[in-house]
Amino acid sequence: MPLLQRFENEIGRIANDFGLDCYSNQLEVISAEQMIDAYASVGLPISYFHWSYGKQFEMTRARYESGKMGLAYEMVINSSPCIAYLMEENTMAMQVLVIAHACYGHNSFFKGNYMFREWTDASAIVDYMAFAKDYILQCEGQHGVDEVEQVLDSCHALMSHGVNRYVRPPALSKAEEKLRQKDREVALQNQVNHLWATIPQANEEDELEQAEIKFPTEPEENLLYFIEKNSPILEPWQREVVRIVRKIAQYFYPQKQTKVMNEGWACFWHYSIFTELHAQGLISDGFMLEFFDIHSRVLRQTDFNNPAYSGINPYTLGYAMMTDIRRICEAPTEEDKQWFPDLAGSDWQQSLDFAMRNFKDESFILQYLSPKVIRDLKLFIVVDDEHLDHVWVSAIHDEQGYQQVRADLASEYSLSRTEPNIQVTNVALRGDRCLTLQHAQVDGRPMADNTSDMLKHVHQLWGFKVVLQSLDVDGEVNKTYTSAESSPIDG
Amino acid sequence: MLHIIDRRFNSTNKSSVNRQRLMKRVQARIKEAVEEAVSKRAMDDLGRGGEVSVPKADISEPVFGHGSGGQVTHVLPGNKQFKVGDKMMRPSGRGGGDGGAGHGASDDAQYENEFTFQITRAEYLDYLFDGLELPYLVKKDLSKQESPKYRNAGFTSQGSPEKLNVLRTLARARGRRIALTANLKKRILALQLQLEQDELEVEERLQLEAELQRLLKRKSSLPFLEEVDLRFHNLTQVPNPATSAVMFCLMDVSGSMTQAMKDMAKRYFLLLYLFLERQYGKTEIVFISHHTQAQEVDDQTFFYSRESGGTIVSSALQLTLDIIQQRYPSHNWNIYVAQASDGDNWADDSERCQQLIHQLVPLCQYFTYVEIGKHTEKPLWSDYAPLAVTHGDHFAMRSITSVKDIYPVFHDLFSRGKTL
Repeated sequence: MPLLQRFENEIGRIANDFGLDCYSNQLEVISAEQMIDAYASVGLPISYFHWSYGKQFEMTRARYESGKMGLAYEMVINSSPCIAYLMEENTMAMQVLVIAHACYGHNSFFKGNYMFREWTDASAIVDYMAFAKDYILQCEGQHGVDEVEQVLDSCHALMSHGVNRYVRPPALSKAEEKLRQKDREVALQNQVNHLWATIPQANEEDELEQAEIKFPTEPEENLLYFIEKNSPILEPWQREVVRIVRKIAQYFYPQKQTKVMNEGWACFWHYSIFTELHAQGLISDGFMLEFFDIHSRVLRQTDFNNPAYSGINPYTLGYAMMTDIRRICEAPTEEDKQWFPDLAGSDWQQSLDFAMRNFKDESFILQYLSPKVIRDLKLFIVVDDEHLDHVWVSAIHDEQGYQQVRADLASEYSLSRTEPNIQVTNVALRGDRCLTLQHAQVDGRPMADNTSDMLKHVHQLWGFKVVLQSLDVDGEVNKTYTSAESSPIDG
Repeated sequence: MLHIIDRRFNSTNKSSVNRQRLMKRVQARIKEAVEEAVSKRAMDDLGRGGEVSVPKADISEPVFGHGSGGQVTHVLPGNKQFKVGDKMMRPSGRGGGDGGAGHGASDDAQYENEFTFQITRAEYLDYLFDGLELPYLVKKDLSKQESPKYRNAGFTSQGSPEKLNVLRTLARARGRRIALTANLKKRILALQLQLEQDELEVEERLQLEAELQRLLKRKSSLPFLEEVDLRFHNLTQVPNPATSAVMFCLMDVSGSMTQAMKDMAKRYFLLLYLFLERQYGKTEIVFISHHTQAQEVDDQTFFYSRESGGTIVSSALQLTLDIIQQRYPSHNWNIYVAQASDGDNWADDSERCQQLIHQLVPLCQYFTYVEIGKHTEKPLWSDYAPLAVTHGDHFAMRSITSVKDIYPVFHDLFSRGKTL
């Protein structure tokens, strides 16, 4: 422990010299079992009870105990102070690496990156989760575990569509949440009552008729928000549960969009910090060798035809790009000057800091992926078109292909690639209260087979018929899914 | 500025409630698995908890996702020979879908198809006895002789040969050899190139050759393995209470015992066994079945063979006594005797039974007798009844009429703060 403390001080000093701006750190040394616990609750130090976390726990444990997977050396939480879990079995070199990587790399990323700044509130998350846990326990006491679980199940299913993608959401706070929560129950219910009033008052009739044609007035991409505010059947406490899941979804929203940058940034800094520690004579050669060993294993990228290949390693890509930015700043080639006229020759610390703060994976790759990194990784593009019986190579790592590779790789990290773009477009206010969702297809990709099952979850929360229209590129309805009038959810 | 907190000694059961929720959700499957285990597994195998398989559908967590189809591009690393326009067959398994993120939880899919998880013995018993909670049974003052047990704890550079970790050792040796020969190889190569030139003086050539020989020798003399390469499994000692118990299962297998009665007896024996096993490091079981004669048998015969004819209980008691004297001296073993019977006995056997019990009970930690079937004044019951008074602390008897009684009876027998 004192040794850890000493290393932490040195790393802190070096990080400070490099200009990293971090939240204060809290290190927690934990055992393997506790790490599995941390996995199960998706990295939040506290969470409400739900069977899916138990499932996650069992799955992780089974895989870990059968030797199919190792556990992470660390886990870091976007909170203030920044909590990092260190595995007890790590060697000292590993612990120091983890401190450099998580407590200064990830930490400064959490604090600096615009996604995290806008969508999450590091100082409030732990408090908010405490509130959520209390609240859900209280609901379980009042309404029964099963009742609450049913709502949570449906909310979890819609979690990835429970985020305001374009607007900065308001901040969280436990005390305020508690205070406001009661008022909100009343206010929200009034609003819903108003919306669903079956007998409109005479002088409002004109307005309502207008509304009937178009509600919501603008398409809404946050399904959970829409349901929380407008569902005709939910009780006030159920709306609060929807809100809680929505807030958690929002907290995790930046993480899945900054994986490459976040890991690249952390790897870049742990590398730089270790080099500095060694240069200052604070760690021995042996220590450094062990570091290289771990470092190179973390950054291993298998080729596409390797049986172990499981996609592009975000650590590798991120680290390669971060290192490359520094290279372009310090020793630009002719090619770099042509591709990155502003970057070449600039101050590398400032440029790197700017890149960290103002991008997410998609835009970061689009902006900074250089021909050199494309060549180093030997990237190429395979097009898989359902109309052809073969796949074909559309670009490789050469002069003609750089632009294409860069654009396509960036688009692989866009949300519309990983999650279907679904929006609420219409509600039959005066009719059968049917909720209409629209899916805008990208690259002609249809919805998955489980879409009808998914609609049952929407139905569960909405209480009436739900229709999902899948629109092709021309905006024509390509396929329609409907939730049955009363369809119980399986399981 | 920095807090370092050692959380290792905090509870590790953070997920236990979530786990309970999961188990509730798949309750039906667990019950099935447990029922199957009871009917299929051997008795001394029953105690190890179990594995439960749950079909994917029961615990799926669907999300909106993309299906296969459309035109998808994949950017892949490690191009070796492809040029623009190359065509190839669509690789199976990844057709059309998105390599990484197409279906909802494709990462988990392969594990979810056959999602199995372990349930602990306590949970297992909960389900075995239909949701009854396993209560905090008996606080016992066992004779605790502790002998250490060894547990894996990482690796160390020193150790005895049998603990050698070959993989790590060889990896380190290889790394060392690569590192130490790199420079030599470079110099050897340079010398060889130099020697290939023709315009060398003889003197110079000889010198170079000598140098080359020296380097080659140095390279070849580099040891394959060195002391510093060795890595051993590191073991730490953890305390391990070493106590041993033996449990005698005595059962009447005469014609009057039906299979249903035997099943009840089996469950009772099982519970006792599990209970003992939890308390003691090592538990042995001796099965003694008897009709007019007693014999020591294996568990299959014990539970499933049927004999006809009458019943002489003392034969079994005598055999128990003999076996204790021969194999399980009472100062080394905690001895438990559990007897199950329908209560029949030869009329003139009762005196002998009482005598034997008087001898047997002082040797035992606990002697339990359960009578299975409708409770009427059976001969054996009336024989034993006075003994329960005289040997109150070490002798107990109960009757079981249906499967439901087993657990309460067991609980009752073992929860009265007896000194076992």
